[in-house]
Amino acid sequence: MKIAVLSGKGGTGKTFVSVNLAAVISDAIYLDCDVEEPNGHLFFKPDLTSIEEVYVKVPVVDTTKCSGCRQCVEFCKFNALAYINNSLLIFSELCHSCGGCSLICPDNALSEIDKSVGNVQMGTYKNLTVITGIMNPGEESGVPIIQHLLDHACDKENIVVIDCPAGSSCTVMESIKDADYCVLVTEPTLLSVHNLSMIHELARLLNKPCGVVINKYLNELNPVEQFCQENNLSILARIGFDLYLSVIGAKGLIAVEENRDYQAVFSQLYKQIIKEAGHEAVIDNQR
Amino acid sequence: MDVVAVTVEDISMVTKEDIFKGDLYMKIAIPVLDGALANTNISPSFGRAPFFLLFDTETEEKQFIANSTATASQGGAGIIAAQLIVDQGAEALLTPRCGKNAAEVITAAGVKIYKTVSDDIQESIQAFNAGELKELENIHPGFHHHGGA
Ligand code: SF4
Ligand code: SF4
Repeated sequence: MKIAVLSGKGGTGKTFVSVNLAAVISDAIYLDCDVEEPNGHLFFKPDLTSIEEVYVKVPVVDTTKCSGCRQCVEFCKFNALAYINNSLLIFSELCHSCGGCSLICPDNALSEIDKSVGNVQMGTYKNLTVITGIMNPGEESGVPIIQHLLDHACDKENIVVIDCPAGSSCTVMESIKDADYCVLVTEPTLLSVHNLSMIHELARLLNKPCGVVINKYLNELNPVEQFCQENNLSILARIGFDLYLSVIGAKGLIAVEENRDYQAVFSQLYKQIIKEAGHEAVIDNQR
Repeated sequence: MDVVAVTVEDISMVTKEDIFKGDLYMKIAIPVLDGALANTNISPSFGRAPFFLLFDTETEEKQFIANSTATASQGGAGIIAAQLIVDQGAEALLTPRCGKNAAEVITAAGVKIYKTVSDDIQESIQAFNAGELKELENIHPGFHHHGGA
């Protein structure tokens, strides 16, 4: 079973929820798909077992063959090509590796080469497998790295916790496409309702069952509760506002390992997810 | 061969016309918000500007071109907009800002980018003609990253 954890914007505690959730599940795989800012490894500090580069295909031009017909420029839907001053400019970070330009070039001037866009780091922490995707700075799309990450989890029996990128972009879509359940993390503010509605919409579009975790919860009089009621969304957990968590977080410590109360909160959250998703729970009581 | 010494006084005698001799007039491009109004304002964005005003400083002829392909595109709007104005023969671009990729295309074409200081077109053209506009320095890395941190 794959549990995706997402939030409509950064700073809501998405990584906090993902890390602690993974830490209460036996033999879980923690998959950090937040490839622009993967933070989970800062908590798990995993022992690295392997690093795999992620490559994509991008075009290169043979200037001696290019006649300047511009058919490739017209063709590229992602505007990764421009023809300036009698030469073809290739913006490989915008290229989506569709391969089309090489195919249509009438002069066979374009060919494809491998370009690294980032890497995937595999490691272990206690009985957890920690897999982190890291995108090279300056790249436009994390999708190829996320696909590579998901490949590592596709036919595993283990519970997989997917820490998704923040927001509701195509990388989030990619991250949740294999998920069996989506956990939507939000703060209880009016501003957060908008972000929550965006990711809720995304989960609904992809037909994913989902529930909400309210982080930094103060009391029941908040607009998120109302939103959930109106949209028939179940609230999986309410995690109270607690300065202790900021202190622990700043130290790079994992709350469920430091504090019995949080161990209980996250075990309960996991049980709730399993119940909602209709699966059986395997709680790790050793920790 | 005689070497003619040029003193500091001589240089100050040289007028702007002398420096630009033969190349005083230029076709300039400006991103604008509207293609129909004569007095439309400069667009705050280059790549996603709805129109470009092409202005010939010699004939003072104005021409508006629609930037529709770029504004309809998902990404790389700056590149397509840059290709458009280069293809239209612009020799200078007057814009409040410009993305990294677009700037790369524009400078590869030998077109200079000048930073506008007001959103008024007429004022900006006058400032350009008077040599008051500076070349754009801070090229922003683009706003392609969706969502938050
Ligand atoms: S399609 Fe081929 S020949 Fe035409 S401009 Fe592109 S690279 Fe050059
Ligand atoms: S491979 Fe596809 S996306 Fe990449 S430059 Fe060519 S046409 Fe554009």
